[in-house]
Parts: sequence; C-alpha cells; structure tokens
Amino acid sequence: AENEPSWETPCTKLLIYVSTPGCDGFPSLDSNESYKLSVSKGSVLLSAETIWGALRGLETFSQLVGRDENGTYYINETEIVDFPRFPHRGLLLDTSRHYLPLKAILETLDVMAYNKFNVFHWHIVDDPSFPYESSTFPELSKQGAFNAMTHVYTASDVRTVIEYARLRGIRVIAEFDTPGHTLSWGPGAPGLLTPCYMGKAPSGVYGPINPIVNSTYQFVTSLFQEVSAVFPDFYLHLGGDEVDFTCWKSNPEIRAFMIEMGLGEDYKKLESFYIQRLLDIVSSLGKGYIVWQEVFDNDVKLRPDTIIHVWKENSMQYLKEMANVTRAGYRALLSAPWYLNRISYGQDWIEAYKVEPLNFEGVPEQKALVIGGEACMWGEYVDVTNLTPRLWPRGGAVAERLWSNETVRNVQDAYARLAEFRCTLLGRGVQAQPLYVGYCDHEFGGV
Amino acid sequence: RYYEYMFGHSRRRTWGRGPLAARAEPELFQLQVVIEAGDPGCDRHPHLTSSEAYHLTVTEPVAILKASEVWGALRGLETFSQLVHEDDYGSFLVNESEINDFPRFAHRGVLLDTSRHYLPLKSILTNLDAMAFNKFNVLHWHIVDDQSFPYQSIYFPELSDKGAYSSNLIYTPTDVRLVIEYARLRGIRVIPEFDTPGHTQSWGKGQKDLLTPCYNGGQPTGSFGPVNPVWNTTYDFMTKFFKEISSVFPDKFIHLGGDEVDFSCWKSNPEVKEFMKKQGFGIDYAKLEAYYVQNILDIVSSYNKGQMVWQEVFDHKAQLKPDTVVQVWMANNYASELSRVTGAGFTAVLSAPWYLDYISYGQDWKKYYSVEPLNFPGSEEQKQLLIGGEACLWGEFVDATNLTPRLWPRASAVGERLWSSSNVTNLQDAYRRLTNHRCRML
Repeated sequence: AENEPSWETPCTKLLIYVSTPGCDGFPSLDSNESYKLSVSKGSVLLSAETIWGALRGLETFSQLVGRDENGTYYINETEIVDFPRFPHRGLLLDTSRHYLPLKAILETLDVMAYNKFNVFHWHIVDDPSFPYESSTFPELSKQGAFNAMTHVYTASDVRTVIEYARLRGIRVIAEFDTPGHTLSWGPGAPGLLTPCYMGKAPSGVYGPINPIVNSTYQFVTSLFQEVSAVFPDFYLHLGGDEVDFTCWKSNPEIRAFMIEMGLGEDYKKLESFYIQRLLDIVSSLGKGYIVWQEVFDNDVKLRPDTIIHVWKENSMQYLKEMANVTRAGYRALLSAPWYLNRISYGQDWIEAYKVEPLNFEGVPEQKALVIGGEACMWGEYVDVTNLTPRLWPRGGAVAERLWSNETVRNVQDAYARLAEFRCTLLGRGVQAQPLYVGYCDHEFGGV
Repeated sequence: RYYEYMFGHSRRRTWGRGPLAARAEPELFQLQVVIEAGDPGCDRHPHLTSSEAYHLTVTEPVAILKASEVWGALRGLETFSQLVHEDDYGSFLVNESEINDFPRFAHRGVLLDTSRHYLPLKSILTNLDAMAFNKFNVLHWHIVDDQSFPYQSIYFPELSDKGAYSSNLIYTPTDVRLVIEYARLRGIRVIPEFDTPGHTQSWGKGQKDLLTPCYNGGQPTGSFGPVNPVWNTTYDFMTKFFKEISSVFPDKFIHLGGDEVDFSCWKSNPEVKEFMKKQGFGIDYAKLEAYYVQNILDIVSSYNKGQMVWQEVFDHKAQLKPDTVVQVWMANNYASELSRVTGAGFTAVLSAPWYLDYISYGQDWKKYYSVEPLNFPGSEEQKQLLIGGEACLWGEFVDATNLTPRLWPRASAVGERLWSSSNVTNLQDAYRRLTNHRCRML
C-alpha cells in the first residue's frame, strides 16, 4: 500500500550545521534567524547561517516529532525553508506593578523560545515599585522596592535573566521609563522628582522627574551609565509615555523656567527639553533607543535611528500612527492591538491574530521601516499567580503574526494548530490555559 | 487543619519548640469549641436549614467558640483563624473580640462545570478549601453537559465510557464520594446537576435512543437534539438513572437543569410532531418541554429529593413542586424575574449578576460586590423566598490551568454579599479587607 510507514533504520541523529560561528555572542536586531530543515530517510539535517537560526530550527524540529499509539516517536519526511517576517518579535513583562519572581521570568523566556519570540522587553521599574538593585544608587531599590529583601532583582538575578535569554536567542531590552512613571524613584533619590504645589506651598506629593535642575541630568547620566553596562543589547527603551503635566504646571520654579526659556505654556516643549537631553546622554553611552509614541507625537527632536513604539489603541488609530511614524522616516514597533493584559470573555486571541501590521497607507520603503511588534502583559492585575495562563497560548497568536508570512491568516487552521500547540505546552509543563472546550491527552493536574 | 492555616506558614522557623518563658502580656492558651445542640450534626451532611450561627469570645486565657451545630463551629473557626495574625518577630497575636455572627442567606454557592473541561480532583478539592475560607456552603456541580460526560454511572457505565473526553478523564464513584466527604468536612453541600432535556449531546454517545433524531426533508440527518420526550424508554432510563443519582448524592436537592432547550430538532421530528398533536399542544413546544420536565420532577420527587431548576422551567410554565428552587440566571432584567418567581410562591437562588466566567479588564469584583439581591419589587414574604445565590464559573474557557486565579478572589466578593448584612457595602473598606484576604489565601 502507498501510505504504509516505512520502518527503516530509525533516525538517531539530528545534524546541525551552522555556517557562521557566534555561540558566544549576543543576538541582535540584525541577526539572521533563517534555517533549513531537511528530514528524509536516513538523514535529518538542520542548517542555518547563525546559531540563532539553528535555535529556531531546533524548536520547529521539536514540534514535528510525534508519538503514535504504540509509543513510537516518528517524524514525517519534510523540507522546510524558514525565516521570520519581522526581526523584532517581543514580549513585554511589567515587574513594577507586581514583582515577578525570577523563576516566573525564566519560565516565560522558555515559552517565548517555543513561540520564536526573540525580544524580552523588561519594563522593570515604574510608579508602584523599583525592584532593580542599582550598584550606583542602592537606595533606589532599598527605598523603592515593595520589599527590599524579597522583592528585588540583584545584579546576579539580572545576569541570570540575560544569559538565560541569550541561550534561547532572546534579546533583553530594559526599559527605564522617564520622566513619567517614576514615583518609586523618589524615595531613593531625593530631589529627583518634581515637588507638586498646592497654591504657594508644596503639597507633599511628587510628579515626574524634575527637568529643570542639573542634578537630574547628573543622576540620569550615572544611572544610564550603569544600565548601559549591565544590559548588553544595543538598544535601551527609554519610555517617555503618559507624562502628566499638572505637577510641572503647579511648580513655581518650573513655571519660571518655562518663561525664561520662552516655552510659553507648551509643556510638551518642556518634556521635549528633558527627552532630548536624555537621548543625547544615552547616545553618548553608545546605545540606541526605543521610545513610546508620545515622544514622536510631541515633536521631540529624535535621532534618525530612533525606534518608535506605537501603543495607543483607539479604534484602529494605531494604523494611522504607524503611517505617520514611518512616513517621518523612523522605524516602528507595533503593540497597540496586542495588549494581552486587556482580557475579555471569549477567544480574544483571534483579534490579535487578525492584526495586519502593514495595513496602513504607505509606500514600500515606509512599510520596510516596521521592524516588528510586541505583545504586552502589563502588570496591574497580573502576578505569578495568573501570568502564565493569561499569557499563553494567547501570546502565540502574536508570535505567529510576527514570524509567519502575511498570507498565513486562516483562523480555523490557526485554531487547530494553536489548540494542539497548547496541549504541547501542557506536556512541556507550561500552565497554558485552554482556547475553548476540549481536552489534552495530558491535562494539567491543578494547583 | 485550622492549626496549620494559622501557624503553618510562620516566619519563625523554630516553631515546635516548647513554650517560651512567661511573658508580661496576656496570653491566649486555648480555643474551646462548644457545640450546644443535642445532635451536633458531625456525622451528618449539612443542609439548607442547618444552623451556621456562632458566637466567638476572644479573651485571655481561653477563647470560646459556641455554636448550635458543627456547621456554625466551622464558620467560627474560619473567622477565628482570620483574626490571628503574626507580627514581624514571629509572635502570633489576636485582639480581644466578641463576635456574634450568622449568615444573611442560607444558600451560598459556587458552580463548577466539569463538562466543557474536565477538572482533576485536586482542582475541585482546592476549590472546596477556598470556598470554606469564604464561608461558601454549596458546591453546585454541573457535572455533565453537551461536550463530555465524565460521571461514571454504575447502572449505565456506557455513558462515561462513550461520553467522557477520554477514559481517564472521568469521576469514579470513589472520586465522587471523596468530593462529597471533603465538602462535608467543610460544611459544604454538594448539589449535582444533571441538566436535561437540553445540554445532553454527550449522553447520546453512550445511551442509544435517548436523544431526539433530527430530520430534514423527511430523512434523519444523523444528528441529534435534546432528550426525546415522547418515548417511554426515555422515562424508564431517567427513572433508573435518577435512582442512582439519588443514592449517590446525599444532599436533599438535585439540580435538574432545564435551560436553553433548542426546539428546532423536536420540530423537525415526525414522531414528536405527531405527539404534539395527540397531546393538544398545538405548536407550543414550551408545553412539550414542560411535559417532559414535569415527568422528571415526579420521578425525582418519588426518590424523596427536592429539585432545583434553571429559570426557563418556571418561565415556560411547567408545573413545579411547591419546594422546587428556581435558579435565576438570565442577566436581562433579573430583578423582574425574581419578583415573578417569588411572587408565584417559589424559592429562588440568584446567579444572573454573578457569572464569573464573564471576565473583563479591571476590578470587576466591585460590580459583583455591589449587587443587592433583595433589590426587586416584592413583599416581605417574597423577599424571604430568595434563599441565596451562586457564583458561576462556566467551563468553556476554564480548566485546571486557570480556574483558581479566575475564581478567586473575585468570588470572595459574592461570598461576602451572601453572608454579611445588607449594610456592609463600603467598597474602600471591602478592598482593604479583600486584598488582605487574598494574601491570606495565597
């Protein structure tokens, strides 16, 4: 019969051939992640330009191995030539709204690798807490962490994350978001934040980083000197989102500064003033940067190689933003339709899957400036008790959209594959939640 | 069990050593638990009319927890365990207190769905623990439905043999007994739901000629609809089946379902159409549904069990027994439904605003907490007929991977609404206590 399995000599070896050595290096935005996988009678060969491509191919290979009713492992003859559509395929985790234990981060990196994500965007500090242990400014976490003994990331923890990620071909891009989202920086860095005023007197409340004092820029220089050394990736994420101007407006010194500098009543110009100086500092440290879209929207003078992170989602306006950003010549990252923290009833992975990042008005050169996107898992309602089921398998929809060809968009087919992949995740010990009714051969035992 | 809850996660690693030297502060040595009724109920199962009231006096050197029945003692023990806290040095403290407590509503339930997804035993038991921490006292076990039939029946083993997702995703009689006993030890009733005539696709796999064959243009299509109400064999089967259920589940009540019956298959079937004519039901298929339900109610009554049903059974004017409990679940205008049900003299249980499977972004616990169940037009007598409510966690998108974080602590908001007095409504205060309670549950 034609389709009888030929039980010849079982394959015992997967041969991996990598043409350019580089196992000791770090993955970068320009890394070549392409690979070829060739499975035939008597030979199983995975070949790639770089080790990063080999890692992607290895993941694919592991997904091709099946097991029959007799317990025999098998793999179909196959020829695969694969490479990612977008080079930047990221996941954002927020360790400030809730501390995430190291184990949770490492497990997430594992599952990212299963999904061929290659960027871990570590939104490490924010208003509620400062868990990053800085060697230059130890008071920041001492005063700013939820608990300075138990809810911090030591230098060793950070190194562990970076290396664990590297071994999976994942870049770690740290975000130290300023000048807003910095309340937790205040206790450990007196004089850094703007004191808000109620009439003539300070109200006791603080606002964004104070942009008018030199000490701010000395602090920022020292901190980013450390951060640039600690995080090996070329890029740093500098934040710049949601700066609330009310506190600045209330502060008499700042108001005086505005007049002195001829900025009038336009506080966006003050924000630009800060950001421009920050960008110069970071550039001089030899790093590239990514910023949230407000920095672009508020007309800050940016270097041409700045990457703009598009996140504001109000009824598909993000496509307009993508057009604007790329028309201005900047590279863009898309996150707006992929805020996985925004849960809702039903199969919301479908909406994430249907997103087409290049569905905006623009010439091919513009579209080429879209380097990828990121699924975001903001932490207001997320900690280790619910991170994994909330993130997977929904995150997989974004991962496929960013890796696969734009023609791969059939929802029914995706459902079948994603549901099976979810069972695979369960088999690998990942607490991924169900897509819909059904079951897996190996169910999760329950906590 | 409660000793472990209070002292098990102590910061002090040296616990287990002998008592420290006499201290200057007053010390509490003992909690005495006194159950006053002649028959405390320790060997029985809790029921709707069990007494859950308790009186707790915390003072040195001995604290006293008094309750009429053991069920009240369990509630008081939970409260006491929440009063004990640990300071930074590893000392356990409790404030002098005098508490007189009892539940506002007698039926405070959680619905779990083990058909859309199988839930391993461990998951169910963990959930029973969490329920006890929140003074819930009813597990409404929606055990089978369209998608799978995991209940291993003694009389009809084919039901789960053919109807379960797979052979290991079942609940054996031992499993079921374990759940019932684990619940009982926590003062939780287990009310099973065998939902018919709709929601029964999985029954047809193991029981031939139970479901209605659907027709198209005079020919059977090969697909099936709800339970067939016109065949005698249907009622023979149900008589035997519910005999088993009545003996397996000790609670006085069985939930018979009766929701969302799709009439289209019945309408297509020639035998059913013939039957409608003979019975004089015209084209009103609600009457056929009522006919079916009434028969099941009779069968179950004959086993001396009370029945719970979903609201459609009442809405479609089936003749209920006087003590049938109607569960109101349709969100649209549920207050009017409560008026109608209680106005007709039936007891009601409220679920409509508490479908916890309907997740959304943000602090949705607040809207669950803000529900006032008695906010419906009606007399005092009517309001008495609302005996409580249930938080429902339907299983379409839920299994053991996400059940616990999805249900808790959101269900706690419902738990407090059903236990506490109607004037306990301050959201800021509730937030403070609930975040604390959440850390305690961790």
